[in-house]
Amino acid sequence: MDDPGLPERHFRNSGIPTVTDERLRQVSPLRRALVRPELGAICGAILVFVFFFMIAGDSGMFGPEGVQNWTVVSAQFAIIAVGACLLMIAGEFDLSVGSMIGFTGIVVAILSVQWGVPTWAAILIAFALSMAIGALNGILVIRTGLPSFIVSLAFLYILRGLTIWLSILTTRQTIIGGVRDAAEGDWLAALFGGVIFKGFFQWLGDIGVIDTFSRGTRAGQPVVEGIPMLVVWAIALIIFGHILLTRTKFGNWIFAAGGDAQAARYVGVPVNRVKILMFMFTAFCASVFAICQVMEFGSAAADRGLLKEFEAIICVVIGGALLTGGYGSVVGAALGALIFGVVQQGLFFSGAESSLFRVFLGTILIMAVILNTYIRRLITGERG
Amino acid sequence: METQPLLELSHIRKQFGGVVAVEDFSLDLHPGEIVALVGDNGAGKSTLIKMISGVYQPTDGAIRLSGETVSFTDASEARARGIEVVYQDLALADQQPVYMNLFLGREKLMKGLPLLDRRSMVKEAQQLVEDLDVRIPSAKATIRDLSGGQRQGIAIARATHWAKQLILLDEPTAALGVAETAKVEKQIAALKERNVAILIISHSLDQVFRLSDRICVLRRGQQIGIRETAKTDKNEIVAMITGVN
Repeated sequence: MDDPGLPERHFRNSGIPTVTDERLRQVSPLRRALVRPELGAICGAILVFVFFFMIAGDSGMFGPEGVQNWTVVSAQFAIIAVGACLLMIAGEFDLSVGSMIGFTGIVVAILSVQWGVPTWAAILIAFALSMAIGALNGILVIRTGLPSFIVSLAFLYILRGLTIWLSILTTRQTIIGGVRDAAEGDWLAALFGGVIFKGFFQWLGDIGVIDTFSRGTRAGQPVVEGIPMLVVWAIALIIFGHILLTRTKFGNWIFAAGGDAQAARYVGVPVNRVKILMFMFTAFCASVFAICQVMEFGSAAADRGLLKEFEAIICVVIGGALLTGGYGSVVGAALGALIFGVVQQGLFFSGAESSLFRVFLGTILIMAVILNTYIRRLITGERG
Repeated sequence: METQPLLELSHIRKQFGGVVAVEDFSLDLHPGEIVALVGDNGAGKSTLIKMISGVYQPTDGAIRLSGETVSFTDASEARARGIEVVYQDLALADQQPVYMNLFLGREKLMKGLPLLDRRSMVKEAQQLVEDLDVRIPSAKATIRDLSGGQRQGIAIARATHWAKQLILLDEPTAALGVAETAKVEKQIAALKERNVAILIISHSLDQVFRLSDRICVLRRGQQIGIRETAKTDKNEIVAMITGVN
């Protein structure tokens, strides 16, 4: 206590009245600044970057192409992580995200390729369907009072089965191609595929900041064409999620709904509505992921999105959110997604066996959660 | 009491399936008056509070607020009419700071923007806890870090801040120590001076006698009687509660 270096000392001089009749727990501003859900993820991200910079620094991983490579992968994780993050803070899970990705993709492909529906309409219908299923998920959770773990686990199977069945029923196969041709010139499809800032990147190529192709049909074009729409979506969703959560009334209700639903209901927060909307938002994010992927590959496959629900949850947990709800951060989840993308592609660049990715995934998850819990306890002195 | 009663309950009855929780209950409550509801467990006290606050709807009978018959379908409607409840389980969000709890469900927004005005909420919350002498490190402190007495102080501060007319207290000091209880009682007395009507459930007869103007006794859903606190004693009240003379 008398050591001038300790935060308590600093606190004693900060003008807060000393009270003897209450059990006051003084928390210094420094500690409060450190107790942020993102803390673990920030440390993790720095660690991962340093690690791969050392072992794969000369492999092109941090060149323009390499950066684009892991940015796209991170962006994929980020898109579903934002949805999972808000839902988890609202106190619920959605394990059907992966199946939802497969489902949305197949719906878009069947509608646009098989039935000749304009791609923009197919996309809108797919969004409407998946968000309706998200709402159904939420309504079932609210009405039955069952844990969302069980309800969405059921939907994990129901949706995956339906997707494969639908695909085989209409095309006799589980992969539907020709989506890109069907989407040619479509105004809405353009929002999910391709790149922006092409001119800027061409200029960067021309002045030699990034390499250009020297041969073939794309000779003279930069190796990185522009910012992929996928990345634009990820950034937009992160910003949207972050502002919604930390700056708006609704965000406050998300925290309250997950933190203590009964307390929130007592003061008139529409807890059920908040939760159902978050299920719908998670479904929306899954659909964005699915449609970006379909536009990129030009095809949809019934088995897409396998295990994505867990990867999304892992990103969120690395980002410092509590599984029990009421605590977490979109920025943290986005950093979790970045860690993921960098690790997955870093292993590839460093020449490691790619199957080791999952080993890393599991290891990082445990390390991150231990670190988060440990740091939180260390700093706040809280129990359990 | 020549003023118009703020709250009039007449012949309230509540039935859950085959069980009658409250039978033919009538009570008037005036501004600036504290009425205590006493009775053993299962007497129907909490059910009554929940009917007034809109959580339950009475099976029969009428609730009038300032002479006007009301029928709330949920808790937020009652709140909109200036009725606040302090529950024994506090009803605060643990992970959230004090000021957010004070403003939960009624957040202040910036002018012309759908964004939270944290600064003015913190300022108002700080002012409020200082006025009510709730001693907490700061309005930004997280509820989790506070003691039971401090938490109850916050819950009462919230009710005080928003209640225009009526506060319902459901065993506000059940979980508190002696010094903390004294502080909460001081807050309740201060509310009375602000001309708010108060209905309090308490198992502590000492507390009831310290605070209330009138005491209303319930036993197994039946209204046994109402006494003016100054004209009765503990023996009479205990006899009414237990039904044993």
